[in-house]
Amino acid sequence: MTHPAIKAERLTKRFGDVTAVDGISFAVPGGSVTGLLGGNGAGKTTTISMLLGLLLPTSGTVEVLGVDMVRNRHAVLPRMNFSSPYVELPHRLTVRENLTVYGHLYGLPRVGARVEEICRHLDLTAYLDRAAGKLSAGQKTRVALAKALLNTPEVLLLDEPTASLDPDTADWIRTYLERYRQETGATILLASHNMLEVERLCDEVLMMRQGAIVDHGSPDALLDRYGRESLEEVFLDIARHRRGERADAEAAQ
Amino acid sequence: MRLAMTDAVTFSPRRIGAMVLRYWYLLRGSWPRLLELAYWPTMQMILWGYISQFMAQNSTWLAQGAGVLVAAVLLWDVLFRGQLGVSVSFLEEMWSRNLGHLFVSPLRPGEWVASLMVMSLIRTILGVVPAALLAIPFFGYSVFDLGLPLALFFANLIVLGWALGLFIVALILRYGMGAEGLAWILVFMLAPVSAVYYPVDVLPVWLQWIALALPSAHVFEGLRALVFHGEVLWGHMAWAALLNVAWMAACVAAFLWSFRGARVRGALLQTGE
Repeated sequence: MTHPAIKAERLTKRFGDVTAVDGISFAVPGGSVTGLLGGNGAGKTTTISMLLGLLLPTSGTVEVLGVDMVRNRHAVLPRMNFSSPYVELPHRLTVRENLTVYGHLYGLPRVGARVEEICRHLDLTAYLDRAAGKLSAGQKTRVALAKALLNTPEVLLLDEPTASLDPDTADWIRTYLERYRQETGATILLASHNMLEVERLCDEVLMMRQGAIVDHGSPDALLDRYGRESLEEVFLDIARHRRGERADAEAAQ
Repeated sequence: MRLAMTDAVTFSPRRIGAMVLRYWYLLRGSWPRLLELAYWPTMQMILWGYISQFMAQNSTWLAQGAGVLVAAVLLWDVLFRGQLGVSVSFLEEMWSRNLGHLFVSPLRPGEWVASLMVMSLIRTILGVVPAALLAIPFFGYSVFDLGLPLALFFANLIVLGWALGLFIVALILRYGMGAEGLAWILVFMLAPVSAVYYPVDVLPVWLQWIALALPSAHVFEGLRALVFHGEVLWGHMAWAALLNVAWMAACVAAFLWSFRGARVRGALLQTGE
């Protein structure tokens, strides 16, 4: 059995009286793409923050590539990376300057060449010497992805990687992520509200509601279990505390 | 939750260099920022230089110690720029909402702090050295004539500036951008008790005790002794260094406590205004 790339056990985060994540346990197999789904406030970003070690759990454990993220996260940070539209890169620095700084932070050899290579892959060469703040939303997302892929991470955590992008750019990024996973065997954990994206990219889906994982399985298994045509319908069933058509029919019988 | 101590104490010169590069890119790409660095020290030096020239003609005290006010102005700016160098570089990360990216990289808090200090040193030199050089043609006074003690004064004041800067970083991490204004004003609370332009003994006795708890007061006492009497007060220099160790240790502890608190509250990801 493949050792899980990400493992959370009884992970809990409380902010005062509010329980944002409520004792969740899950394992993400190495080389898989796993979707973290849930409505606003379900606890997705809080979970990702704890997986990254940016946020300390109230209780429970998180391991990435076998390393305890609370006690020893610096042992594994060079092997993982993260992208989110809600965390930005310095606007006044050019794309090249931003990526050069991060290249050195990740200890890459031949940083200049790697920056040009990743920008070529992500169609950013024309913007290398442009200030990051002067890019369009789609270009900024590609730069954030370039930062996230700079160190060729074994574990990649993406928080809504295609939020607010036009369909063409979003599709381009999904295709790139699919290819990256195929070529490197990386493990990807993806928080998204876009159900088409999740159906297309994910092997496994974790459904969150009010800080808990309320269901999980492959997209096909979830569609089958809820008797629905699309993950969006499954999402609505879960968000609205419905059991799905199949469960309703079985209950009626 | 216990944290590994290596989080704070392991250093990579390359990662420190990467962060210095990040702040240097920002500085070199903005001529107003470069100009601002040298603007205030130069203006202050010119203003106080002419005031002291006028007063020297009417005061035997100042006539004996030509240049003491210019030297005091320049050294006060070392403290101010040293603090501002740390605080403003940190604020740049808050303004650009970049902390989340930085701390999912292998960068450790201690390395980041070291880069803030290096950048503060660069900013202080860029700001104060041109003003010190301009004092020569303007007033025929060179602060560099103070010799080796000048290096001691500079080192003690910039280290105190770093400690204050770290304390402000800790406050902003704890209380958010509402505490941003402290970066610009906190150091001025120390000015009256640092005895920059007058001896400590003009202060009321109870305030003298506070003054003597500050490394800066010992530095400025040392400066006046050197300029007026040509003697180096090693006792004051030793006190300044010892107090700096204590102040720095307290401010580093405040920073680490505040940084850990930011990880508990999730403030590293949700920064900015």
